[in-house]
This record gives sequence, structure tokens and C-alpha cells, in this order.
Amino acid sequence: MGDQDAETGGTDAPVDEGVEFTIDGRTVRARKGEMLIAAAERAGTFIPRFCYHPRMEPVGMCRMCLVEVSGPRGATLMPSCFIEAAPGMEIVTDSAKVKKAQDGVLEFLLINHPLDCPVCDKGGECPLQDQTLAYGPGESRFVEEKRHFEKPIPISDLVLLDRERCIQCSRCTRFADEVAGEAQIDFIGRGEQIQIGTFPELPFTSYFSGNTVQICPVGALTATPYRFTARPWDLDQVESTCTTCSVGCRVAVQSSSNRLTRLLGIDIDPVNHGWLCDKGRFAADAVNSEDRLTEPMIRKEGALVAVSWHEALEAVATGLKAAVAERPESVGIIGGARLTNEGAYAWARLAKGVLGTDSVDAQIGDGLPAELVLGLPRATIDQAASASTVVLLTGDVREELPVLFLRLRAAAVDGDVAIVELSPQATSLTAHAEVSLRYGPGDAAALVDALVSGGTPPNAAAEPGALDRARQLMGEGPVVVIVGRPSLAEDGELVADAARKLSAALPEARFLPALRRGNVLGALDMGLAPGVLPGRVALEDGRAWFEEAWGSVPLARGRGTADMLAAAAGDQAEGSAVTALVLLGADPLTDFPDRRLAERALDAADFVVAVVTAPGAALDHADVVLPAAEAHERPGTTTNLEGRVFRLGQKLVPPGQAWPDWMIAGELAVHLGHDLGFDSVGTVWDEIERVAVSHRGITRTVLDAHGAADGVVAPLSLSKVSLARRNAPLDPVAVPGVESVERQGASLQAGLAASPNAAADGPEAADPSDGGPSRPAVLSGPGEFAVPHVAPADGYSVRLVASRVLYDGGAAVASVSTLAGLVAPGALRANPHDLDELGVSSGGQVRLRSATASAVVPVEPDASLPRKVVAADFNVPLGDGTVADLIDRAFPVVDLRMESL
Amino acid sequence: MAIADPPKIVTSRLGFDDSHTLERYLATGGYEGLRTALAKTPEDVAAEVDAASLLGRGGAGFPAGRKWSMLRKAAVTYLVVNGDESEPATFKDHLLVERDPHQLIEGVVIAAYALQVTRVFIFVRGEFALGLERVQAALNDAYAHGAVGRDIFGSGFSVDVVVHPGAGAYICGEETALLESLEGKRGFPRIKPPFFPAAIGLYGDPTVVNNVETMSNLPWIMTNGGAAFAALGAGRSTGTRLFALAGHVNNPGVFELEMVKTTFNDLINAPRLGGGVPHGRGLKAFIPGGVSAPWFGPDQIDLPLGQDEVAEAGSMLGSGSIVVMDDHTCAVRAAWRITKFFSRESCGQCTPCREGSGWLERIMDRIERGEGREEDLDLLLDACDNISPGVAWPPQQTTICVLGPSIPSSISSAITMFRDEFLVHIKEGGCPYG
Repeated sequence: MGDQDAETGGTDAPVDEGVEFTIDGRTVRARKGEMLIAAAERAGTFIPRFCYHPRMEPVGMCRMCLVEVSGPRGATLMPSCFIEAAPGMEIVTDSAKVKKAQDGVLEFLLINHPLDCPVCDKGGECPLQDQTLAYGPGESRFVEEKRHFEKPIPISDLVLLDRERCIQCSRCTRFADEVAGEAQIDFIGRGEQIQIGTFPELPFTSYFSGNTVQICPVGALTATPYRFTARPWDLDQVESTCTTCSVGCRVAVQSSSNRLTRLLGIDIDPVNHGWLCDKGRFAADAVNSEDRLTEPMIRKEGALVAVSWHEALEAVATGLKAAVAERPESVGIIGGARLTNEGAYAWARLAKGVLGTDSVDAQIGDGLPAELVLGLPRATIDQAASASTVVLLTGDVREELPVLFLRLRAAAVDGDVAIVELSPQATSLTAHAEVSLRYGPGDAAALVDALVSGGTPPNAAAEPGALDRARQLMGEGPVVVIVGRPSLAEDGELVADAARKLSAALPEARFLPALRRGNVLGALDMGLAPGVLPGRVALEDGRAWFEEAWGSVPLARGRGTADMLAAAAGDQAEGSAVTALVLLGADPLTDFPDRRLAERALDAADFVVAVVTAPGAALDHADVVLPAAEAHERPGTTTNLEGRVFRLGQKLVPPGQAWPDWMIAGELAVHLGHDLGFDSVGTVWDEIERVAVSHRGITRTVLDAHGAADGVVAPLSLSKVSLARRNAPLDPVAVPGVESVERQGASLQAGLAASPNAAADGPEAADPSDGGPSRPAVLSGPGEFAVPHVAPADGYSVRLVASRVLYDGGAAVASVSTLAGLVAPGALRANPHDLDELGVSSGGQVRLRSATASAVVPVEPDASLPRKVVAADFNVPLGDGTVADLIDRAFPVVDLRMESL
Repeated sequence: MAIADPPKIVTSRLGFDDSHTLERYLATGGYEGLRTALAKTPEDVAAEVDAASLLGRGGAGFPAGRKWSMLRKAAVTYLVVNGDESEPATFKDHLLVERDPHQLIEGVVIAAYALQVTRVFIFVRGEFALGLERVQAALNDAYAHGAVGRDIFGSGFSVDVVVHPGAGAYICGEETALLESLEGKRGFPRIKPPFFPAAIGLYGDPTVVNNVETMSNLPWIMTNGGAAFAALGAGRSTGTRLFALAGHVNNPGVFELEMVKTTFNDLINAPRLGGGVPHGRGLKAFIPGGVSAPWFGPDQIDLPLGQDEVAEAGSMLGSGSIVVMDDHTCAVRAAWRITKFFSRESCGQCTPCREGSGWLERIMDRIERGEGREEDLDLLLDACDNISPGVAWPPQQTTICVLGPSIPSSISSAITMFRDEFLVHIKEGGCPYG
């Protein structure tokens, strides 16, 4: 699906092939292999259902979808979710016999149902209620005692189970097994006493547990954060995109009285298929936090005090002007992945066009070179899910980009995708990989060399034949490479180098950047990185174009986050210090891999501005604090890892005096003596569409178009209009609670036609002949970047891998009480042979020492790690600190001595 | 009608105390049928079974030969033997498993040869502790004897047979639930259509599922020929059959009788068979083919024990279990007890059976306790109708498997035949039988 559909672009594309059959006497067409229930629905006949879910295998359990199907023995009742449409088949959905069966099933479902609707979260959006009203009996004939269970019982930290309400449809157990791949819940018992349960001693810890609540067709599963907080009819809804990570899951944001109540996943084909991870679903609660910053603050006599925006911006302008007066590059701006595209663009223009510094970086030492990310041929998620081979050169996708994991797992399990995993340690996709090759930190490029040129891999521990098998699979296109950061304890350039070698060896391969932070790809597109300008353009290539657009651009390439922090800390050449730091929603103390460097930099900087939504450690260092609006409080757009631009919905009013980021940048520019000319978020986008070459043609009209609700992949080109299609309308039983789909005015085609640049233009279109500067070229290819030399390990050391876990000490989790409790202390993982040599057993402790740091940490064996490679999770407790205490960015990899106590 | 005195086809060894041993089996012609079969082509073996027109003895009565021929076109991967006999008053396979396991194993190997299957699972009800022990011991002996395993009797044909104990669920006697259970999953029946085990069976491969008694007939058919088997009985019901007689008779037990040639009256009343209803009581009703079958009254006692004959009269010979009720039996209580069984054994997968069986049981229980209402009779029948539309025989179903439509039989029979008895319960506030 996906790509092909996207190319035809039509919501109402005709079904060319397929089978003809009749529903209630009407002749309709079904796709080949389509189940009756789905074909009927597309033809406008809704057949009631409970257990059927369009994203899962049918089971035919609830019997609500029985229809009469003609056959050799006359018409018989059959489950329409389980029978494929066949040529000439005659089905009847409204006969007396069908109605009797529907009546009967609903009566059966209700006899033991507690009917505690007045106190049930689902009441008002309940498929059982709704379908009883539409198809059920008027009254109950049941006079016996209903069955009773203790209610509700927690089955995880986030999900409660009420077995009395359960109608045994198995949606939740099938989701856990089929979709998430973790059968942690299942049926217990049989007959009337059948119930959902967890396994003894094994909790329901899935990162995707919230989806079971969302798809439960009754109130049997409820989520602790939402429970009893609202009634559905009191909720307002807007459609938006989750920005917790860069996957960009489409969501319905629901609120009541300016308080966010919950997020529900919306089913869109190209991205999330209706699913959300628990972090995305429940971390949205952070917007409601009592700790939100609501007023600008200035440090006066050592303490932050609330001031007016005018006073705060004046102070920022004064501080930045003083730094710029020295040298523009003495200003460094870190962060920006939290921002909307419009916010990122406004800050990029402020930094590069007004302040004149190119030292701007939306990646916080945890990313990849911007030129590589922007220049490599980009894949969509659908392309990855339908590729012949997917090469993983990234961290654990389930920990970093959970819903992408669901898509890749499904592609490997149900589809024909072969996964080749290149990773220092086992990940959640290892079990689904055809080949897993291990390497030590710094050796990724050497492993790729061995793969593409037939040499010997750096870690000879690979199974015999594994390399050959990987080579064979990589030779079978199409190949999609997922490239991210397998470890935060090695320089990003080291894995970028491996990606560059892959792109050279596989020129047809496409790449999906597995960068984790919400709108990091949008921020890079908007130029929030050193060496690039908005529209995926290199600084030098875009100089003339942006001098025309902005008046000026920085003279020279600036620094990335690591160098900015080093320069602020005084580690770099004299006269090149960074003296003023602007933190754009970033907190280097928790986010940057080398915490000691971050601390020294913030201590040493003369002037620190924090543009933040909630308090964090960086506030202690801030001279000025500017409160910003959060997700769901601001309109605008965001861009996911595919380059898919989504409209964001604004559901809430920002608290107090918090402003959206584009407005902060715009007003700050005024205080610096420049008018950026933005008077609404829409005008910012208009300018982006005009000057950002990669986004040319994606006008507001296009983004607002009917067919663009599922996002528009940049760059837009008429040869391949990457607009998504949606199986409208959304199935109210599949996603209870999502009542409507936001529809923006015009149809997709009308939107494109009304867009002057889309109709006759595109990024590749001819230059305007008005005598202005020629349109710059969009980056292509992996780009230039220096690869640090990695000295061989000395034989006495172990080399450190620092990988991500979903629930970590970052702001997204820390500010939400329901998730904060899920952060588990970590342990150092090491090859069991290395532990045996030390005489340390699982659960024991070792001392780790570097030249500058030392820590005592618990250990556990992990046979997936190569010898002399150890791994720990980033930003979770490790011993008395975190692994960030042991990372020193002065070195490209982290070598440590591991000693027994 | 005189009782025919047919050859003993599957019960010939039951007079011996050591009937389950290899020694006794070999001493009484054991494994000769297999040797005969192995001397023929697989096609000829199947043709012999076809000629016998052996109807499956599991309950549905599907011709075994036809079941095989549906499959022989494709490559059959597995043969599965259903020995999960769990219905109340059904105990014929129990006897064969416990008392003549070699006969079962020989039949299994003959079938495997005809189907050219190399892997066989014998699924035996877990509660048959002695049966499991004996069939496993017999299997070990058969392997040692060369009758199972590699290159059987030097024929070049090899087959492995595995005995798998059930885990205590009646539903696993339903063949697709049995396959799920064999695969290590919860015993939920699969939805058919579209896929029957013949197409997508065990581990997704084409699979033949046959009953223990069906298999046990094969050695005799091989030795004596399909024609000799087909000469017994009449019409479609050929050969002999095991009938498990239970309930109010003087001499309950398992009897091997020639089909059609014997009547229910013979079985229940003949001195050498059932020996009549005890204590001089009259016959109130009897169930002709397992508790899922509609009941018969005394007026149908002269029906012959033939599959089609019973079907034409509105019930089924089913699993060959006949339950006799004397005239001191409470029809409400009898139907309630059967309903309770189905409610306890419903797998819980689909709504009408899971919820309907429990509801029906509770209504029946309420009536039996004297708390019934007159409208309950219509309610019972209407709830039955929602499980099995029409409440007719053969039944239709809204459920995934036939357990659902098995539930209404006893209730509708009891109400149809003994409506007054229900009304007495309701009006007098209790059971007249105490």
C-alpha cells in the first residue's frame, strides 16, 4: 500500500481489479481478498461489529457481524469479518434472520454486562452502547444474577481491567500478540468464566498498552491517567500530530475546559495505523503540569524573578548584542527539536539572518551530521515497510521510535521484508532480523566496509555465513537503511561514516533517519544546524538566495552542540569562546551525552537564555527564562522523520504569558532592531514556502486540503505527489472516542490546483526569470564531514555503548507522574565471559574508571555484546549517577577500565 | 426383530484380561491387517476402505474413505486421531484405547500408509490415565516389534506416531480445537468455512482427523476385505458399531452391534444387551446419540440403529451413546444437567454459546428449583433460537462450532415432549420428583 496509493493520490481511486458481489441486492465491487465487512463498509453498508478491527486479523468471535450469505445449501448466517468477498456472492445484511441474530448477540452480550454506564469512562463513546441502540433489543429478559468479578484490577501501571464489563472480543490480547509482539495478556479460564489476565509474575509492561484501552469496545480497559477525568460529551477534539518523537503519529487531542484530557491515535495509512506508544499517549499530560512556567523571568541578585515580556526580551537583546559585538559566533543556540517548523524557522532566521551566528544546533550531541540527514535520499515508512531489505544502523527502534518499531516488526513478520541488523547489542528487532551483525563502538564503518567490499569484519564473532547472507540481502533491492545513533558514547560521525559508505555502495538505497526528538527533522529542514540554511540547502549554496531573502547570512560555518559547549567551557582556541548560550527547549544537563562538559559550559557562559516550557536543571544557570507554549497549545506544522509535514492542531490556550516560539523569535528580533515581518504563524509558513526550496509548493492551501490531513512529504513534486490517502470516514468501532475527522475545506486536487507553486512549480522547476539570485540546489548525497580517528582499544579496556530506553530521565517522562515511576534503574551490561574473567556475577558490581571519572555500577551479563564492549542505558540511574558521567566527548569513543571491587 | 449375530470386528479381544498386550494381540491375528495393507499400494488400501463405506465413528458420520480421497489429491502432512471422548455417557473409545490399544495403532498405521503420511498424533483424553498408559506402552512395543517407525515390516514405509494427552477440555474433541491444542494453543475451535483441516490443518498443513473407533475398524477391513464389512448393516450404515448404553437399564455397557439390523428396543431391552429398564419402571425417553442429540420417546423405540434412519426421525446416532430415562426421571432436571455440562464446557470464544449456555442453565435451574415463570418456556426456546436459528434438526448455528447448536437439543426436546412437567414445576413451585 502506501506508496502506490500515494502516487495515485486519490481518496476515491477506483478499484480496478477485484470481485463483484451483491449486498442487499446492490452490486458492489470488493478488492481481491477483502473481507465482506470491509467491502460492505466501503460500499456504504455498515455491518455492526465488536471483535473485528481493520488493523488486526479477524477472529469471528463476537458474532455481531453475521450476515446471510448465499451458498449451495441456501442462505446461511456467516461472520462477514471472516468471509472473503467472492464473485457472484449474494449477501443480505438486513433480513429478519440477520436482525434476529444481531438482537440475540447483543442480548447475550448484555446479560452479564454490568450496565454501570453512568460511572464508566466509555459511556458516551461506547460501541456496545451505540450498537445496542442501533441494532439491539429494547429491553432485557434476563432476571438472573449477573456474573461478578472484583473490579477493577490493575494489569499494569497504566491500565486497569474491569472483567465484568469485558465482552471477550480479544481485541486487546490480539493487539498485544499480533501488533506489539508481546503476548503479555491472554484469556484465562473458559466458557462464561473466561477472562483477560496477565501471566503469573509477569506484568503487562508493553510500551503499547494504551492502545488496548483505545480499542477496547467497552469500558473493560481503562487508563489510569484518564480514568474518571471527563465524560466524552464534554470533550472537544482537534486532530494533530504527536511530537514526542519524530515518527509523527496522528492523534486526536481531546480537552475539557482548557485541560488536556487524553490523546487517541488516529489511523492513517502512511504512519501509525492508529497506534500510539504509551510515552506519546501519556506524556502529553505534561502540558497540564502545575509546574509550567507562565511568566518571563530574569536573574536578579542570584534569583529568578518574574518580569514583563518587554523587560525580559530587552535583557535578552542586550546580552546577545554584547556577545555579537565581540563576534557573532560567540552566540550559540542549542535545541529546537521541540519547536514547530514555524518556530524553528523564525529562530533560524533570527540566528543566521539577524545575529549572524551559524552556531545553531537542534541536535544535542545525539544526532547525525545535518548534511548527511538532509542529503541522503529519504525513504518513507511505507517504503521501509515494503522494501526487500531493511538495514538497521541505529539504536533499538522500540526504545527510540516505538511506532516505527511496530511498522517494521509487522513488515518483517507479516510481510516480506528482510532485516539486516548492524548493532553493537541485541535490540527488539533482533528476533525478527534475518541477519544480526555485531560490532564494537567506532567499528560501524569497518563493518560496512567488510560487507560491501568482502573484507573481514572487525568483530569476527559473526556466525559463519552471516556476512554472506547480509551481502546477498543487501544486493536485493529495494533497500532502505534506517540510520540513527546506536550509541551516544561514540561520535555521530562514526555511524554517519558507515551510512555514507552504505550509500556509496548501494546507490539505489533510501534512508530513513532515526533521529529521535520530536521535530528534529523539521528543525534541520528549517536550518537549525550549522552549515545549512532553510530548505535543505548548504550555507554556501544558499548564500546569495538568503542574502536576498534575509539581508545577510553568517560568514562562516558555525559549531555543533558539542563544539559550542566545549567553546563555552573554554576548551577551544583562545578568542573563539562561546559566551552567550540560548537553550531552545533543550537542557544539556540531561540531554547532552557528556554531562560534565555541559555543566562546565553552563557554568562558564556569561549569558544563558532558556526558552522553556517547564522547569529543568538548566534553569539554575539561566540569566533569562522565556516561557514557551507546548505541544497542543500552538498551531503550525511539524515534520516527521520521513519529511512529512503535518498540520498541528491547537486545542489549548498556553498558560499565563507563555508564547509560541515563532512569536518569541519575532519579538526578540524587534528588540534587536529587526522586523521579521511575521504577524501570524501562517505568515511564517508563507515565507517558508517561498524561501525554503525543499518546501516549495507546500502552501497553506495544500496543507489545509482535505487529502493533506495525513501529511505532505517534502519535497513536493508533481511527478510524485506524496499525499496520503485516508480510508474515510474513521471507523467508530475501531477507534471509539474519535468521533469525527477534521476535514479542511477543499479536496486535495483542488488544493493543489489552487497552489500556484505546486501546480506549475516544484523544487526542480525552472528559476524565476526576474533577475534575482538563482534558486539554490537542495542538498544531495551524504555530504562532507570529518570522521574522527578511533585508536584501537588497548586490550585492558572495555568500550562503552550508551543506548536509549523509552522511559528515561528526560523532560517528557519526568514531568508526568504516571510515567516517571516507570523509569527503572539501569545496570551495566557486559559479555558474560568478560564478567567471568573479573569474577563478577549477575547482580554484582564493578568499578568503571576513565582518566577523569570513576563509578561503581551494578552489572548484568548480555551475551549479545561482543567481548570488551559494555553497554548502559542513557539518562537512567546507573549506580550513584548516570552513564553520562562517564562519557567524555573529547574522545570519539569511550574506553573504560572495568575492575572488580 | 431378531438380533443379528455379527462378527466381532473391534471387540474380538475384549474377553481376554491381557487384551492390551502385544503378546495377546499377535496371538489373535494382530498386525496381519497391516501386513496385508503394506503388500498393496496405498491407493488400493484406500479403495478397500472406500469399498467398506466405513462411516466415521466420531459423531458426524462422514465416510472415512471420502474424507481421505478429498485429501489424497494434495499431499497430506498429518494424520490426527481423535481420542478426546469426553461427553457424558459416551465411553466406547475409552474401551478401545484401554483394552485394545494395538488394534488402534495398527489401524493408525494402515491409515497413515493409505494417506502416505509420516507423522501421526493420537490425541487421548487426559482423564484416561490407564488408557494413556496402555496406548503409550503399546506404541513402544509396536515400535520394538517393527510395526511403527522406520521401514515397517521391511516395506520401506515409515511413520512416527505420538501420543498426546488432552488437558481436560471437552471442546478439544472438536477437531479444530483439538488441532489448536496440539499446537500448544488454547482450545478454541477454528472457523469453518472457509478452511477445513483437510486444507489448512495442523500447523497450517493438510490434515486428516479420524476417530479412534474408525481407526480400530481398519485391521479387520484389511484382513477381511471392504466388501465383507460393507455386507454388514444396510444402506449407508455398514459394518458394526459400538453403542454405549447408559442410564436406566439393567445392563449398561458397550455393545458391538450390526448397524440397522438392530433396533433401540433390542439394545435397551434384550436380555443379552441392555436387559430392560430396572425396577419394573416404564421408559420415559431416550437419547439416541449423545447428549447433543434430540430425545426420542417410547414410540420411537423400534427405530433401527442406522445413521440415516435416526436422522430421518429427527435426531442423530452421533457418537453412539444411548441414554435411557425411566418414568421416574425429571425431564427438567435431565435437560438442566445436560445444559450445565455444555455451559461448563463452552470454550467461551463466541458470544451465543458462551453467554447463551450460562443463561439457559440458570433459567433451567430456576425452573427446577420452583422459581420458574410461564414465560420462561418461550424465553428458553427463543434464547435457543438465537444460538441455533430455527431450533430444528439438523441444526443451524450462529456460533463458530457445533457445541453451540448442541445446547438447545435437550431443552427443546424436554419442552416439546414434557411441557406439562415444566408447568407443574412452575405452578407448584418445585420439582414433583423431589
